[in-house]
Amino acid sequence: MKKQDCYNITFGGIGGQGIIKASELLGWAAMYDGWHVKKSEVHGMSQRGGSVESHVRFGRKIYSPLIGPGQADFLLCFHLDEHPRLVMFLKPGGTDLAGYLQQAEAMVENPKHVNTALMGVLSVFLPISEAGWQKAMETVFSPKIRDENRQVFQRAKALVK
Amino acid sequence: MAKKTSVQKAFLSGNEALARGAWEAGLTVACAYPGTPSTEILESLALYPELDVQWSVNEKAAYEVAYSAAVGGVRSLFACKHVGLNVAMDPLMTSSYTGVNAGFVAVVCDDPGMHSSQNEQDTRWAGIYAKLPILEPASPAEAKQFVAEAFAISEKYDTPVILRMTTRVSHSKEDVLLGQRRPAEKRPLKPDIQKYVMVPAFARQRHALVEQRQLKLQKLSERSRLNKMELNDLSVGFIAGGVSYYYLKEARPNASFLKLGFLYPFCDAKIKAFAGKVKKLVVVEELDPFIEDHIRQLGIKKAVFRHPSFRLGELGPGVIEDVIAGRPKKAVKLPPARPPRLCAGCPHWATFSVLKKLGLFVAGDIGCYTLGTLPPTSALHTCLCMGAGVTFNEGLRRAHPDGKIVGVIGDSTFIHAGITGLINAAYNKAKGIIFILDNSTTAMTGGQNHPGTGLTIRGQPTKTLDLKALCLACGADNVDVMDPAGNVGQLEELVRRRLSEDALTVIIAKHPCKLIKR
Repeated sequence: MKKQDCYNITFGGIGGQGIIKASELLGWAAMYDGWHVKKSEVHGMSQRGGSVESHVRFGRKIYSPLIGPGQADFLLCFHLDEHPRLVMFLKPGGTDLAGYLQQAEAMVENPKHVNTALMGVLSVFLPISEAGWQKAMETVFSPKIRDENRQVFQRAKALVK
Repeated sequence: MAKKTSVQKAFLSGNEALARGAWEAGLTVACAYPGTPSTEILESLALYPELDVQWSVNEKAAYEVAYSAAVGGVRSLFACKHVGLNVAMDPLMTSSYTGVNAGFVAVVCDDPGMHSSQNEQDTRWAGIYAKLPILEPASPAEAKQFVAEAFAISEKYDTPVILRMTTRVSHSKEDVLLGQRRPAEKRPLKPDIQKYVMVPAFARQRHALVEQRQLKLQKLSERSRLNKMELNDLSVGFIAGGVSYYYLKEARPNASFLKLGFLYPFCDAKIKAFAGKVKKLVVVEELDPFIEDHIRQLGIKKAVFRHPSFRLGELGPGVIEDVIAGRPKKAVKLPPARPPRLCAGCPHWATFSVLKKLGLFVAGDIGCYTLGTLPPTSALHTCLCMGAGVTFNEGLRRAHPDGKIVGVIGDSTFIHAGITGLINAAYNKAKGIIFILDNSTTAMTGGQNHPGTGLTIRGQPTKTLDLKALCLACGADNVDVMDPAGNVGQLEELVRRRLSEDALTVIIAKHPCKLIKR
């Protein structure tokens, strides 16, 4: 992908799927690589199984913390029931990564790692350095779960042909 | 949650950044009661061991403790959600008269769109009502910067300062530059009864000073760099505050802007000057027509405003073109979002199944258990404000003395605002059953401690409130404590029996929340 001024990534699914954690990982990684980053979500009642949506935008200068309809470069869907609601964010020619959900689910032994697997997939498409991702994983994952998540992240990259 | 690291930058939410900014500005005491979207401010502050932070019993207690710490001479902060300020309005109004010693900031987080709230009230009016200055950051980085500014204004102008946030600023994240803590000097506490004792004779003097302070603050607002004029393409100029500014900036990066960060008192001269420079003036804000009304008062004829339909809900990039054009809000047809519900294994399921089976009218309250109103239980029939589960039961029973009516309230909510209602019921000879749905945490906001858990905000042991003894002391005739989970038959039998008695009963349905990490 050509370097552009701004990258918009929409995440969506339901509470408890690690969506916030995944978007957190991207936010820190983009920041460590020197981008201006904004991320937005609503998690008021998400612990109770409601729909969750997270928007991450990074670039040279970011204004809006939200991605508008038809503005997302990438859509990361964590639950296919939510896909019809989320697809409207995708811009014409944007990349819908929903197709990787099943593969990510099949790849991991622990369902808690699906979010990290999808981030591994996403990382292939983004101009963020390996060092940025590694540092972000250091920040976002506690030492206990860091290595397993690192491995899942690396293995998932191979899903992108 | 904000991690303290050696890096110069961190990716922080508005709430985390605000906490960081307050810490850097030499904060000493912070108090709050949890409430979305404000909760993470205190949770973040609790990570700094040198700070004196607390979950207070309710917002009134929180405001009074934090404010009086500032009177005592240390920089202090109170945080709440918009409806939380209603509970703290009593001290807020008169603290405007009494002013401060060290700086005091009241952070109030509004919830446009009601992501997790019972109403959409707009805190900006509190500035006019209480005659207090309001700062409004538009992003996490600004939240960090503005809180330091707020402390300085508070001390210089002898006033509490309201820092108004919204869900989108509190809960969005941004990379934020970190600085060092600059400890503020502790100011001496000296008696000053004419300043701090608001009997009528002294209050009259203080009110006059408040009016003078308003004029000084207006001058400050005129020259404040937080009210920033950006002159670019002069064919259109926008006046906006808060996150609306960034939605506009995204849509019209080349337009001219007057960004109101020192929102109130208004910078009238700056507004008029800006209006004079641009051909078309568009005013954009979320919720009430707060800026709009003022600009109408200033008689700026060229100003155009949002369609009134945008007084409801949040703005965002999807609607900003309609807002700019003055078009009404479109009904957007989206596949429905998945609603929240009680978790699998939640103890409230058992209690609500009994209430439903018995066909009771249930006066409800604010917490996870409000979700008992949704199918399949559909067994909660009112939700007004904190504590009303207890008093609504009484009022409904005054209208229907033999009605099949009960009240439900959570453990944290009961301690927050239910105790007085229970005393009122006992004193005024009300009958019936009040359920305290005791899951031993403040669950809806993410599981914060409260006096019933016997743990502080930092998880350290403290005195534990004995709810049973308290309810008996309030005057309940019976207090039954039982675990509803797996005991539905027994609970049903108990409820039937208590309803048949001419008595005021409290049933403490006690079972810990599944999400608490112990």
